[in-house]
Amino acid sequence: MVDILVVADAQGAPPSRNTLEVLGAARRLADDTQGAVKVAVPGGVVEGLASALFAGGADQVLWVEHPLLARPAPDALVAALTQLVPQLGAQVVLMADDSRNRDVAPRVAYRLQAGLVTEATSLSAEAGAVVFRRQVYGGRCLAEIAATRFPVVGTVKPRSVAPVAERVGHPGQEIRASVTLDASMVRIAVLQTVAEEVRGVKLENARVVVSGGRGLKGPEPFRQLQDLAQVLKGAVGATRAATDAGWVPVSWQVGQTGKTVSPDLYIAVGISGAIQHLAGMSGSKTIVAINTDPDAPIFKVAHLGVVGDFKAVLPPFAAALKGMLQA
Amino acid sequence: MNIVVCIKQIIDPEIPAEQFQLDPGSKRQVRGGLALVISAYDQNAVEVALQLREKTGGKITALNLGEPEAKGAVKSAMGMGVDAGVLVSDPVLMGSDAFGVAHVLAKAIQKIGPADRILTGCVSGGTGDKMVGPLLAEELGLPYLSFVSRFEAKDGKVIGRRLVEDGYEVVEAPLPLVASIISDDANVPRYSKLKDIMAAARKTVPVWKAVELGLSMAGVGPRGRRLDVRDVALVQRDSRCELVTGETPAEQAERLATRLRELKVI
Repeated sequence: MVDILVVADAQGAPPSRNTLEVLGAARRLADDTQGAVKVAVPGGVVEGLASALFAGGADQVLWVEHPLLARPAPDALVAALTQLVPQLGAQVVLMADDSRNRDVAPRVAYRLQAGLVTEATSLSAEAGAVVFRRQVYGGRCLAEIAATRFPVVGTVKPRSVAPVAERVGHPGQEIRASVTLDASMVRIAVLQTVAEEVRGVKLENARVVVSGGRGLKGPEPFRQLQDLAQVLKGAVGATRAATDAGWVPVSWQVGQTGKTVSPDLYIAVGISGAIQHLAGMSGSKTIVAINTDPDAPIFKVAHLGVVGDFKAVLPPFAAALKGMLQA
Repeated sequence: MNIVVCIKQIIDPEIPAEQFQLDPGSKRQVRGGLALVISAYDQNAVEVALQLREKTGGKITALNLGEPEAKGAVKSAMGMGVDAGVLVSDPVLMGSDAFGVAHVLAKAIQKIGPADRILTGCVSGGTGDKMVGPLLAEELGLPYLSFVSRFEAKDGKVIGRRLVEDGYEVVEAPLPLVASIISDDANVPRYSKLKDIMAAARKTVPVWKAVELGLSMAGVGPRGRRLDVRDVALVQRDSRCELVTGETPAEQAERLATRLRELKVI
């Protein structure tokens, strides 16, 4: 029997896709072991959230009430979880691999003397062990990591695990949990949150992603990519080379240090296919590559390729698609 | 205002797929004759350290835990302008998990002397698990910031830019602290100057062993691992790419659109 604690993100209601994915992974693991799934919601009661979490796989929702948890503060959440996990006797603690949790999960594991796996892409129960799978060597290999001592803390890579089919009207229990926190625990102050401009669909939710790399040679050609993305109702992404050059915001980056995307269609424009980029997009269903270099590694992962200059290919391509989609 | 930058020498991660080999016994990548490099984001961390030193002075030390060959990585960081370097290399430490690595690095940092900023790359090649930075902060009892691209000093504190999903946060943190560094256009690693490379070649890099560090040996080496890596397997990729040809770019574009429709992608 494996009891799992899922840590929800601060999205509120309805729960974020990330939270539902982690909850899905937790539910399947619990079902395989006759265990239970609890979801901790840092901050306290959120109207309308509990029923969505029960539908998503939770048996119990814990409202973790404390003023210091009302705003996203990794320090406070680390302290809260360090108290909660032993209280609840949770064996597996799961959360999404996002900007908050990459600070939180390792520090909770450290304080609980627990094992730790980050960016898990799947989990399963096997004879007394919980087995996590994750990519290593920039996605060239898949590692299987087994936890036989508990607790163990894991982060789940977004867009790797499916949520469970919605359990409409499924009952569950709501509990208020309290933790003892002190303002001195919070050592980092967030002065300002700056959202970078996103036009249209968010990258991580888009069904079509058009990305540009070093081959674009500057910020201006990204307009062409935006035009194409608009036709396909998709989002624009970029490689590390393009964000490091300052052509587009860092939040557009797809890859090991950027977003992981797995859209139905990924169009790679002027992208050589560095391993760090492939790690963020190789799960896409159909990959199209447009590149002048026929030997570029991107053609090793692409399903459809055009060897040519994107400047000449994209305008007629966008026009042809527009015609098809209107017809 | 001393700075320690933790770097890691790895096998060049951008080698072509056909050169990538796994050792069936150790489940680790075979080095063979492949080039060794400093993990990419560690170079951004070195650059951030150099920029901080330009503003506030202080000494920068590059620290690498690894094989004896990693002295080369320390020397290249010194070639970029880092003042000193330390290599921790000892067979008993090889095979440590991230908790073990963080423990060793923390002890080495204490031996190096007071530092108020400890920087790491945000993720390394190899396992790429983003664990060592936060675990190091815990080992040292310091605040931690992940995925920071820029820093400025202000009244004994630092203001940092921390990458989040839709943009960035401007955060204020006390010193000392541990931070992991992500690349952006403000911290592109500089090229080494020939005179700095020559100067680095003449400097000695001390090599520290486990016994010199006062480690708790229970948590290091393969026996200190908290979890069991059961298997590492190559991911098989479907690598058949259908090239869409045409007399002109417009023809290629038309055919590409048609193929996408035929395949019911759009």
